[in-house]
Amino acid sequence: MGRATALPSSFGGCVSDITSHQIQSQSERAAALASFKLADSLFAWLTRLAALCVLALLGAIIISLIIGAWPAIKTYGFDFLTTQRWAPNAKPVPILGGLGPLYGTLVSSIIALLIAVPVGLGIAIFLTELCPQVLRRSVGIAIELLAGIPSIIYGMWGFFVLGPILADTIEPAIADFVEDIPILGTIFAGPASNLSLFNASLVLAIMILPFITAISRDVFNTVPTVLKEAAYGLGCTTWEVVRRVVIPYTRVGVIGAIMLALGRALGETMAVTFVIGNSFRISSSVFAPGTTISAAIASEFAEARDLHQSALILLGLLLFVLTFFVLSGARLMLRHLARQQGV
Amino acid sequence: MTFMPTVRAALVATLALTGAVQAAEITGAGATFPFPLYSKWADAYKKETGNGLNYQSIGSGAGIKQIQAKTVTFGASDMPLKEEALKKDGLVQFPMVMGAIVPVVNLEGVKPGELVLDGETLANIYLGKVKKWNDASIKKLNPSLTLPSTNIAVVRRSDGSGTTFNFTDYLTKASPAWAKEVGADTAVEWPVGVGAKGNDGVAGNVGQTKNSIGYVEYAYAKQNKLTYTALVNKAGKTVQPTVASFQAAAANADWANAPGFYQILTDQPGEASWPITAATFILMYAAPTDKTASTEALKFFDWAFEKGDAMAVELDYIPMPATVSDLVRKSWASIKNK
Repeated sequence: MGRATALPSSFGGCVSDITSHQIQSQSERAAALASFKLADSLFAWLTRLAALCVLALLGAIIISLIIGAWPAIKTYGFDFLTTQRWAPNAKPVPILGGLGPLYGTLVSSIIALLIAVPVGLGIAIFLTELCPQVLRRSVGIAIELLAGIPSIIYGMWGFFVLGPILADTIEPAIADFVEDIPILGTIFAGPASNLSLFNASLVLAIMILPFITAISRDVFNTVPTVLKEAAYGLGCTTWEVVRRVVIPYTRVGVIGAIMLALGRALGETMAVTFVIGNSFRISSSVFAPGTTISAAIASEFAEARDLHQSALILLGLLLFVLTFFVLSGARLMLRHLARQQGV
Repeated sequence: MTFMPTVRAALVATLALTGAVQAAEITGAGATFPFPLYSKWADAYKKETGNGLNYQSIGSGAGIKQIQAKTVTFGASDMPLKEEALKKDGLVQFPMVMGAIVPVVNLEGVKPGELVLDGETLANIYLGKVKKWNDASIKKLNPSLTLPSTNIAVVRRSDGSGTTFNFTDYLTKASPAWAKEVGADTAVEWPVGVGAKGNDGVAGNVGQTKNSIGYVEYAYAKQNKLTYTALVNKAGKTVQPTVASFQAAAANADWANAPGFYQILTDQPGEASWPITAATFILMYAAPTDKTASTEALKFFDWAFEKGDAMAVELDYIPMPATVSDLVRKSWASIKNK
């Protein structure tokens, strides 16, 4: 009761306080509101400007790439996409085709994904579902540290350590093993080279592994415990819980992780340039040297002139388009999945 | 295409600024081939005069581009420009020092200078026609060596390069097949091999890859303790890469009658000549915009001709003969620094 009676009186005191300063405070209030409004609109414009900056930058990059690539586009047209020869010294005009680097970019990224996705998801599942609490943190941190290693370090490791091991022992063994199997025999044909598409793919796989693992682990952690417990309660095995509950629940996030990893693999430059061998010829064997778009640009741009330089810029434009399609493809896929789940 | 030079100019300006702010430094950019020597000269010159040289070893082609963009006082290139090209851009060209390119191999049990190759065989290896180390053509040149039946891992440059220009120029002269299928240039369409960036990249790759072959400037072979090969020269004699054989090749050059000092020293006659010898060149503007910088650069080159020979020999480069450096000094009259 005491509280109930006290309330109006204090309230009344407050009101009288306000009335005594009403005229002054009203104008103050208006001024404060105006300044809020100003700050608000200023803030809104600043953020809008920041967002527009990104768009302008993107547009500027595309435009400058197109301007730079124009001489090559004019000279080679669509043949650029189907020509394998890369002869900057051909007379009278250089014969330049982007098929080799395009092929190398796609194949190295795909092999890297083929290796990194199962392993990365495996680590994430282990960390969230099976790992003892003590290990969980340390393994998780180790994975995150992997993502922080500069790419040149991976490149040097691939060059000095992985390359010789692959070429001297692993690649010849694989080549011998699959020699008589029709398709595999061609894909994994010798002679083994220290620097090869396969070496680059392995290095890429290790580089993108932490992305897939870290993001998948985070999304796996978002699965409500009650769902999993319900499934275990019905007698599901761990595999069934992962397969039927965790993965379907987190599909969108996992695909996002894979696409992010693919984006990184497509554009990775330094590590790949170190280990891929920089050869524009397409070989049916992944043990042969190859090149990627970014590796080609990194190793040739400084010395390139005229059409040669323009063709390298065109390669850059192609990588831009390729990455754009990969990302928008992922978006479309996610939207499609979301719709399916909604139904 | 006007935007690329602008981008490049901006980039180089930023890079050059870091040097320019410190002192009245001479700026140059270009070939990686003479870089070990230029940096040694620059060190000694700085101690003696207090003036520094800021040389960016970014490759011959890039050096030519830099001087054309006027972002450096001098450009350096292993591939000389022809007279027409010099006239078009208002450039003056002169040779600074000579050096040699050697094939290097990584073969177990083979010591430096033991393996003998000739131009034809070297071309066939780089054409992918000779695939194994125990190929008949290699065996014929090396009857006493036991060579493995392994594949030859070919290493070549991935970037454009004056070293490549001189190497492929030699192969073009030595092998009609190479001339027809590939030709000579700073960057060519390589039939086989893995590409490595720079002389150091090739040296590193050959050192790392078993059963490989590559080509580098002699100083890089020596510094990295690589197994260089002997070569059969135009006269049919087997020669080792030594300063004497490089000098023998260089002695043939007729600098006095070469407009713009355009001279390529590969496949020279003479019994003692090393077949892949090359000069490296300096490019400067005949009418420079920064006259003081240009004067300073010429002072440095004059000093290098005068006092740099011992250092050049130490690093296995071949100094220009006195007659040639006098010719070069005379040619500087065409650079208008006043």
